[in-house]
This record gives sequence, structure tokens and C-alpha cells, in this order.
Amino acid sequence: MRFTTRLICTATVGALLAAPAMSAELTGTLKKIKDSGTIVIGHRDASIPFSYLDNNQQPIGYSMDIAHKVVEAVKKDLKMPGLKVQYNLVTSQTRIPLVQNGTVDIECGSTTNNLERQKQVDFSVGIFEIGTRLLTKKTSGIKDFPDLKGKNVVTTAGTTSERLIKAMNAEKQMGMNIISAKDHGESFLMAESGRAVAFMMDDVLLYGEMVKARNPAEWVVTGKPQSFEIYGCMMRKGDPAFKKVVDDAIKATYKSGEINKIYAKWFTSPVPPKNLNLNFQMSDELKGLIKSPTDKSAEQM
Amino acid sequence: MNYNWDWNVFFKSTGIGTEIYLDWFISGLGWTIAVALAGWIIALILGSVLGVMRTLPNKTASGIATAYVELFRNVPLLVQLFVWYFLVPDLLPERAQIWFKQDLSPATSAYLSVVVCLGLFTAARVCEQVRTGVQALPKGQNYAAMAMGFQQAQIYRYVLLPQAFRIIIPPLTSEFLNIFKNSSVASLIGLMELLAQTKQTAEFSANLFEAFTLATVIYFVLNMSLMKFMGWVETRLRVPGMMGGAK
Repeated sequence: MRFTTRLICTATVGALLAAPAMSAELTGTLKKIKDSGTIVIGHRDASIPFSYLDNNQQPIGYSMDIAHKVVEAVKKDLKMPGLKVQYNLVTSQTRIPLVQNGTVDIECGSTTNNLERQKQVDFSVGIFEIGTRLLTKKTSGIKDFPDLKGKNVVTTAGTTSERLIKAMNAEKQMGMNIISAKDHGESFLMAESGRAVAFMMDDVLLYGEMVKARNPAEWVVTGKPQSFEIYGCMMRKGDPAFKKVVDDAIKATYKSGEINKIYAKWFTSPVPPKNLNLNFQMSDELKGLIKSPTDKSAEQM
Repeated sequence: MNYNWDWNVFFKSTGIGTEIYLDWFISGLGWTIAVALAGWIIALILGSVLGVMRTLPNKTASGIATAYVELFRNVPLLVQLFVWYFLVPDLLPERAQIWFKQDLSPATSAYLSVVVCLGLFTAARVCEQVRTGVQALPKGQNYAAMAMGFQQAQIYRYVLLPQAFRIIIPPLTSEFLNIFKNSSVASLIGLMELLAQTKQTAEFSANLFEAFTLATVIYFVLNMSLMKFMGWVETRLRVPGMMGGAK
């Protein structure tokens, strides 16, 4: 494996040095897209409002709008105005292998950029930044994480929140019972049915669950964020040419201010399918990310 | 395929306390076995009772057993699990609800739900096998026992069931293995059994293929051992002269 890494490094450096001379020579994903005339975008089915299906089963969302900016850039770069776009549904378990084996060219959903995943795939510059917080009933008396001592807390299986809360429980010996539900909807159901006093998750997703509640007014998002996480689009590892097109497209969207329109469309206006408004104002962290884009994970910053 | 294999991942720290990923698999296997065995006890007892009921001349008894089988065999297992976990507790009296949802640890309440669910689901299948086992016996066995002056209960206890159970050991073995495999539905209500731990390892480490490969091997070895064990049981219980078992 180390040999492969070294090979990729050497190849990357080589490619960079030789770039001007071989700019016409396509490799990797760009060559695949050119040859097949199609770009395949991986999307999610229920990551509201990032990437999900509308009433006509079409993938929509904030991340999908960014993916479309990428598609435009690829069309321009390859001089292929007729480039076809194909959508491929992924789940949290299939998204990495499907990118790696070439089924999906780029996945834009709500995927956190972290060190473990960087061993398997490359990330674009960050497209969103969240904090991990708590959703609880206003009457629960929970104001922050220390209040959870000895209580039942729910989080969604396979998320960073699950790892953080379990680590916190072990380190601070808080005696919490942690439930790992299979998706955000079920996590919220655990909190709503009284099985757990609080639901720990990415703040933006908590807002998403809150507006779907029977009575949104009785819920509150609270607690000091335990971590910040940057979402990114995933691509195959070691493909600098494609990554550059993707990164440049996203950076251009940030620079032109178009990102503000996209943000407003998904986070501060009513969105399908139920026409609910998340009313999630842009955080200082995201403003910072848009000002100086990076493909590093939050833990590397 | 552009995949970064790392078989050492199982010995790496999970980032939670001093645990390594292998610990998760061991604890997951423990839960899988605990769920399957408890469910199997319910299935075997209830399934045998229902199976006997289906072969009784009494119309009410066989009607009840038939209805049970139709209900539990025709509703998907996952739907049944959600009913036991989300719906049934809400129908309990207030006190019992609070006890089930808040006083019990989440792992215990999930465990109870899944054991009841798998036990009742598998009981329907065991019932059918017991019934076919009894029906496979020549009618003369029943009549001969009656002629000897046995009561109905005695006929079942001393004549029909000892033979029927020996006949159905092979299909029962396959139900026994099924309950181990079906126990993976528990992962969907947050019980950290083998499949849930596998998914968690895959998510945390991003080494998805290694995690699922190990889970495959564990399930395979577990089921192979159970099959061997049941084969041994079958040989031990064989009656010379029955079913080609003359030795």
C-alpha cells in the first residue's frame, strides 16, 4: 500500500510538472466522462435539504445545486455542451465503494470530510459546515451536554455524533444510555416517543427534523457544539485533473456570491416536499469556509 | 477498483475509551447469540404447542393455531419488529410504558422486543414443521395408541411427538440457523448486535469491505458450527430401525 501511495505521489508531482505540455491528454474521471458522454452524480434519498428526492422522484437540494455547477464546469472544460447527467442513488453504506469502483463519478450529499474517509476518497473543497448539538423538548430541562448525565440519549448510527457521544460517555463517565437509531427520522421518533430525552446530531439536520415535528414549537436545538464538521463532495482518489475542475467550479460559485442565492433557496425559504422553512441562518463557520475554501477536514484545521 | 485495503483495522483503536474494533465484533456476536437463543426457546415451546394444536381433532384449537400461523407468516419480519418495538409499548398502561421506555436501558428494551418478535415469528414456522412431522406418521400409529387405551395427551407424549420431532430435525435445523440470521433485524432498532457493529465499524473506519468480510466469516463459521452440532444431535437421537437409522 505504501508503495502505491508513493507511486501516486510521484505520479501527481510528475503530472503537475508536465501539466502545460500534456494539457490535452485526458486521464481518469475526465477521460471516462468524455468517452461515455455521461457524468454520474451520486445523491441521497432523504438528506433534507442537501440531497433528497422531490415528489417527482427527482434528486434536489443544496448539494445537488452545487453538483450542477460542477456539471456546467465539466461541460465547459471538455467542450461537451450535450453532456448527459445520470443520477445514482447512494446510501451511507454504499457511497464510498460506489465512488471507488467507478459507478459514481462524484457524490454530493451530506458527507463529512474526515481522515478515515480521506484514505479511501478525495474530497472537494467544503460545501457546508455544521456543529453537532442537541434537539430536546423545551420542557426537558436539558440545556447542555453535562445535563445528559444518566439519561437516555439518541443519535443516528454511523455518524460522527455517535462516536463523539460514546467517547464523551466513556471519558467523563456520564452513565448515559446511548441509542443508535437507523436513520434521523427514527432517532427523532425515539425522542418524540420519550425513549430518549435528547437527540444529538448535526445542527442543520436537527432543524430539519424539528420542522417536521407534529408541534415544532415544543422543540429546541441547544448545547455547545461538540465538533464542527465540513461536508464535501467525494471523488475517486488521486485524480487531480478532475478535482481541479470540481474545486474551481465550487470556488467560482463562492466568489461570485451565487452561493448566497443557493443558500437562501434551501435554508431560509420553504422547501419541498412539505414546503417547510428551516430558517437556518448561515453560521460564522460556513461564512469562513466560503471566504477561504479548503478541502481539509475540520479536525485538520 | 481504487480501494485502500487495511486488514489491521480490527486491531486499531475506535477512539472510544481503549476499545479496538475487534472488541465491537466480539460484543456484537455475543448479542447475536443472546437474541437468537432466547428467541429460539420461545419459538420451540410455542411452535410445538401450536403444531400439536393444528393436528388436534378439536376445530377451535386447530383454528386458533391456523390463524396464528397465517398472521405471523404473512407479515414481514421487519414490520413485526417495528410493531413490537414502537407500537405495542404505547398500548401498555401508563406505568408499564414508563418502565419499558425509560427505566429499562435502551439495550434491554430493544432486546426484549426483538426476542419476542423473533420468537413469535419463528414459532409460526416451527408450528408448521411440527404439524407436518405429526402428519407424516402413518395413521395407524394414532389408532394403535388409541387401541392401547392411551389418552390424547399420552398419544402425543409417548407415540406421536417422539417420532415427529426426530423426523423434523433437518428442517428445524434450518429454522435454528434462520433465527441467527434473522437476528440481524435487531440492528434496525439500535441493538448493537453483529450487523450493527459491522456497519458501525465500516462507517467509523471507512474500511467497509474488511468489516463486512469479517462479519461474513463470523456468520458463516457460526452457522456451520450450529449445523454440525444439529447433525450430531440428529445422530445421537436416531432410533435404530427408523428412517434408515439401523446401526
